[in-house]
Amino acid sequence: MKRLLGALLLLAAQASAEIPEAERRSGYHDMSPSVQAMQDDDMANPAMLWVLDGEKFWNQRQGAANESCADCHGEAARMAGVAARYPAFATDANAPVNLDQRINLCRTEQQKAPAFEYESRELLSLNALVSMQSREQQIAPPSDPRLLPFTQAGAEAFNRRQGQLNLSCAQCHEDNRGRKLAGATIPQAHPTGYPIYRLEWQSLGSLQRRLRNCLIGMRAEPYAYGAPEYVALELYLMKRAAGMPFEAPGVRP
Amino acid sequence: MRTRLLAVLLAAIVVPALAQDARRAYVVEDDAIRESLTGRSGDAERGRAIVGNRQVGLCLLCHTGPFPEERFQGNLAPDLAGAGGRWSEGQLRLRIVDAARLNPATIMPPYYRTEGLARVARSFADKPILSAEQIEDVIAYLKTLKD
Ligand code: HEC
Ligand code: HEC
Repeated sequence: MKRLLGALLLLAAQASAEIPEAERRSGYHDMSPSVQAMQDDDMANPAMLWVLDGEKFWNQRQGAANESCADCHGEAARMAGVAARYPAFATDANAPVNLDQRINLCRTEQQKAPAFEYESRELLSLNALVSMQSREQQIAPPSDPRLLPFTQAGAEAFNRRQGQLNLSCAQCHEDNRGRKLAGATIPQAHPTGYPIYRLEWQSLGSLQRRLRNCLIGMRAEPYAYGAPEYVALELYLMKRAAGMPFEAPGVRP
Repeated sequence: MRTRLLAVLLAAIVVPALAQDARRAYVVEDDAIRESLTGRSGDAERGRAIVGNRQVGLCLLCHTGPFPEERFQGNLAPDLAGAGGRWSEGQLRLRIVDAARLNPATIMPPYYRTEGLARVARSFADKPILSAEQIEDVIAYLKTLKD
């Protein structure tokens, strides 16, 4: 009994503390009021420029099939709820895909057009347009059992130390959430606002770009955009944030 | 035993001559590394510059310290003020070289360890975060922080 207690205590000391539901908060709440105001007001939120472009691309006929997104899906408002449940399992790819990859599958399979590059204006714009339709909806990862091993791999990666600094995501975003890493408040790492306009980037960027930044900060080798390791991390981040309101396109410092 | 000793000596003497960033051997006794990694004492002024530099020492990302000119300091770790009063030189050295020896769950990075790390970025692979010289400079500076 005592041994068991000892082992449990040891585990508790080493495992990172998952965030209790009542304490979960979006990175939005760790920002200064002026940056929050920028996100709250569509006239001030720079990400809206991408959304406007997204509407244009949504309606453009493209590729050998000469079809637009709208030809298949109707108006963009019909995408409500989609971003709040991605990544999802794509039967046509036989793998979990994030929203960027879903859009590109539609490009290559339906429109018969070349895939957009990651972080390109076109892909970010379409993603922002689709994501915005899920504003205020709750994050709702699908209960698809095919996703389970990938979500699990993401959870393991989140808790694994890596890089020259030998840190895990959880050590910063769970154990030290709310504390200061130099000038930055460490957020809880909820993917509520993506894609985001980041003041530091002076651009819109994807969740994978954010993860890449953290990996570089840890001096870990970043993955290539679209790598399954990123999708696994995204799956786990969405699961960790299930039920939280979606607020894309967000603004972050 | 003899060959082990010889290997250690060779590692200590021969390897640094071959490669700038190869690490020197050191001995951990209790919770300290008594001997300087370079055989010399470092320079406190250079050490202060390393500790204060966000790209080199990285210390102020996590720690606060007596750096009135640095606006943004972390609060993930104890204040460095007084560190030289709380710890001996040898204790400070082990805490910089490989703090995980003392606390396996620590977030303090292992400044002079290159093994047992996963997915280190290619540009940093097989390199310690700080060189032996830099670590001795940092220790010389920390020793001045008596209160
Ligand atoms: C050394 C600390 C540290 C580590 C380790 C770290 N991060 Fe971060 N992360 C931060 C900080 C600080 C920010 C906020 C940066 C800012 O706002 O300027 C951040 C931001 C984020 C965000 C954005 C949250 C939002 O509200 O937009 C996500 C998601 C994230 N990190 C995920 C991860 C993942 C996944 C890992 C591991 C692969 C990781 N982080 C590793 C410090 C860290
Ligand atoms: C990523 C975070 C982080 C970084 C970067 C970091 N430390 Fe630490 N350090 C800690 C933590 C946390 C502790 C508390 C002890 C522990 O967790 O083992 C600590 C402990 C210490 C101690 C013992 C403090 C005491 O009084 O008990 C010293 C001295 C120290 N660090 C110096 C440094 C120096 C010098 C640097 C840069 C060369 C540095 N640290 C970089 C997180 C960090």
